[in-house]
Amino acid sequence: MTVESETSVLSAQGLCKEYGKGAALVRAVQAVTLEVERGELVAVVGPSGCGKSTLLHLLGGLERPTAGSVRLGGSALERMPEAQQARIRRRDLGFVFQAFHLVDELTALENVELPALLAGASPRGARARASELLAQVGLADRASHLPSALSGGQQQRVAIARALANEPLLVLADEPTGNLDSSATTELLRLFEQLHARGQTVVVVTHDERIAATADRLISMRDGAFVDETKLAGGTARPLSAMAGLEA
Amino acid sequence: MGQVVQLEKIEPLQGYKLRIVQEVVLALLAKQASHGYQLQARLALALGPLGGALNAGHIYVTLGRLEKADLVRARRVDQAGRPDRKVYELTAAGRERVHEWLSDTSWPKPAPAEFHLKLVAAAAAGLADPVRLIDKQRGELLVGLREAQRAALAEPAGSVAGLLLEGVVLRLQADLRWLEECARYWNAAKG
Repeated sequence: MTVESETSVLSAQGLCKEYGKGAALVRAVQAVTLEVERGELVAVVGPSGCGKSTLLHLLGGLERPTAGSVRLGGSALERMPEAQQARIRRRDLGFVFQAFHLVDELTALENVELPALLAGASPRGARARASELLAQVGLADRASHLPSALSGGQQQRVAIARALANEPLLVLADEPTGNLDSSATTELLRLFEQLHARGQTVVVVTHDERIAATADRLISMRDGAFVDETKLAGGTARPLSAMAGLEA
Repeated sequence: MGQVVQLEKIEPLQGYKLRIVQEVVLALLAKQASHGYQLQARLALALGPLGGALNAGHIYVTLGRLEKADLVRARRVDQAGRPDRKVYELTAAGRERVHEWLSDTSWPKPAPAEFHLKLVAAAAAGLADPVRLIDKQRGELLVGLREAQRAALAEPAGSVAGLLLEGVVLRLQADLRWLEECARYWNAAKG
């Protein structure tokens, strides 16, 4: 274990991802370095095609980088055999996607307990944990519904509950509000604030300003590279009353 | 230039825009005469977490000015145990002013022109990279959005003050989206 792994949940060094060759070479991610501390909520923003989703896939071990390394909780992903990587993905990472990716044939409760079952939890334990998580996201009364009987906002909350099933070190979220209307987005914001308050470490890529504003730290990405970083936590804004037009 | 002069004409009342408080106080008196503390309670409810800086003193100073301008009239009522013995009511001129205010459709202007011209000037003079200026501005607005959004989420469902906070959130979102357009343009302009 290295020193930085004590507080740093995720550490990416010099990450690059290239597709194609010669004239058709695309540098999707270029020399990205990122440290995420325990309990931090980091948002990566940028125009579509800037490489932020590819970056998230690299961080989650869903794709292999062309160069660079990713350490999760102190272990280097690229040095592991595929089977071990898959185990780490299941146990230490929770994924939330724009299109929810729930299993259509399973109920909300079954979707949420699935990751725990795959990680070897007892059926009884997995079920208890899943019920608790569904209650936390406000869907205790929808446990036996199939995804098709849920609204988009409810499906995304089920997906978040599922991401938390194994108490992951890190939640990776890709445009979590991309398919949601404004009131479902508000519900999701509430949930993000709760997750954050409970100390869950989260990296989210988004172009939703409201989600970005929940972050402690905001990273702007353009053409595959980080171009700007802003600390939002502890920042001072104009007083709310001035923003509302009450003050001159 | 005209705008600058106009801004100076508004007399600030310990930070609050006097004009808004004046007009609202007049309108609240339109239906029935009220004590100052009743007006204060109404405003506090409407503003929720934003009402903190508006204390009873503001209301009484405002009422005093309105009285001087003949827009309200104060009557003394003897009420045992009430520190506040004055009841305020509208005069005919005050009523006229309320009608004008309600039918006035002028709207506080969002102000993209200044920032837009700042970017154009910075790029033309080679003084600063417009994209960096945009990034910095975005950070500022996001800190504001973070705060406004937290305040909005903390309001109970159906809160009237929550509606005001929602207005702040939506405006900031619109500004942030415009900044994205600016970033797209100036990024392309850099080549």
